[in-house]
Amino acid sequence: MREILKDLERWRRQGRPVAVARVVDLEGSGPRLPGASMAVTEDGQVAGSVSGGCVEGAVVMEALDVLATGDRRMVTFGYSDDEAFAVGLTCGGTIHLFIEPLDW
Amino acid sequence: MSGTPIFDRLAALLRDEVPVALATVLDGQRAGAKLMVHRPAADEVEVDGTLGDEDLDRVVARDALGELAAGRSGVRHYGEHGEAREESLRVFIEAFASPPRMLLFGAVDFTLALVRVAKVLGYRVTVCDAREVFATTQRFPLADEVVVDWPDRLLAEVGPELRRRDAICVLTHDVKFDVPAIVAALRTSVGYIGVMGSRRTHEDRVGRLVEAGVSDEEMARLRSPIGLDIGARTPEETAISVMSEIIALRTGRSARALSDTDGPIHD
Repeated sequence: MREILKDLERWRRQGRPVAVARVVDLEGSGPRLPGASMAVTEDGQVAGSVSGGCVEGAVVMEALDVLATGDRRMVTFGYSDDEAFAVGLTCGGTIHLFIEPLDW
Repeated sequence: MSGTPIFDRLAALLRDEVPVALATVLDGQRAGAKLMVHRPAADEVEVDGTLGDEDLDRVVARDALGELAAGRSGVRHYGEHGEAREESLRVFIEAFASPPRMLLFGAVDFTLALVRVAKVLGYRVTVCDAREVFATTQRFPLADEVVVDWPDRLLAEVGPELRRRDAICVLTHDVKFDVPAIVAALRTSVGYIGVMGSRRTHEDRVGRLVEAGVSDEEMARLRSPIGLDIGARTPEETAISVMSEIIALRTGRSARALSDTDGPIHD
């Protein structure tokens, strides 16, 4: 969260709802380590990243849903043969994200 | 203090570069509960927030301090009350360790370029030179600290704090400064000691270091001449060559082109 701290603080000062996604676990090869984070505002502004660009689009959708429902959740992105068109990491690894509103 | 949201307290500590760990419950009813721990002084521990159970708080605070010391973030499993052998609760412990340090000895053009690259990579950068006309904050606006002193005197003070992830670059080219600086650097646990100079300067310096009592084993710790062989000429290119060597040494990778090698790109 260190890299996106300034954005988080600014959005919070402006009273804008923000969801924060953090990489908490990683299996196999992955571009970003646990602690990598990304924030999404209600109107779709984004700061930070959790992969090399492979899953950010899907994370935005999940984050917007977290903001709409208020439900924090674990989300996993990986790649498997029978999900060739699903969202995954091109490097073949699996990442586990925790996405929650910045309400703490 | 307790009325301030935990994020604001975390943000304040991060702004001040205080090492801090944040634990978050990932599962169940208490998902999102937070506990933050840091050391206001060497023998003190301050715990903020709660994961909803006194025993769990105690165990997680202890583990979070351990992860913080190791500079490691990850998921740990506990029972509802912090039982070590149970796995009903996952807790993410995020360690915000203090940034790695880079000490640059010699306030020259190469130093200026190295400061810029080191800042991009998140280092806390100190420039040190005994000549006060060169070691000024005007010349090194991006450095976190500019010290007018002899490198070995600075190291007598901060050397014991240096760890494997930290780096020292000796860029002075002047035996008056660099021999005592290298000898002092070798007494620390710093992970990288790079020494600038041509091959001829290097040969000459090795002789002087032997005279100063430096052993073969210690000599092997020195990266001299400094940097990877990427054909760097300008100060900026040289800075990239040096930083690449620092990364490769830390990760233990070959520094060869990935297109020439096989195997996983990330460990």
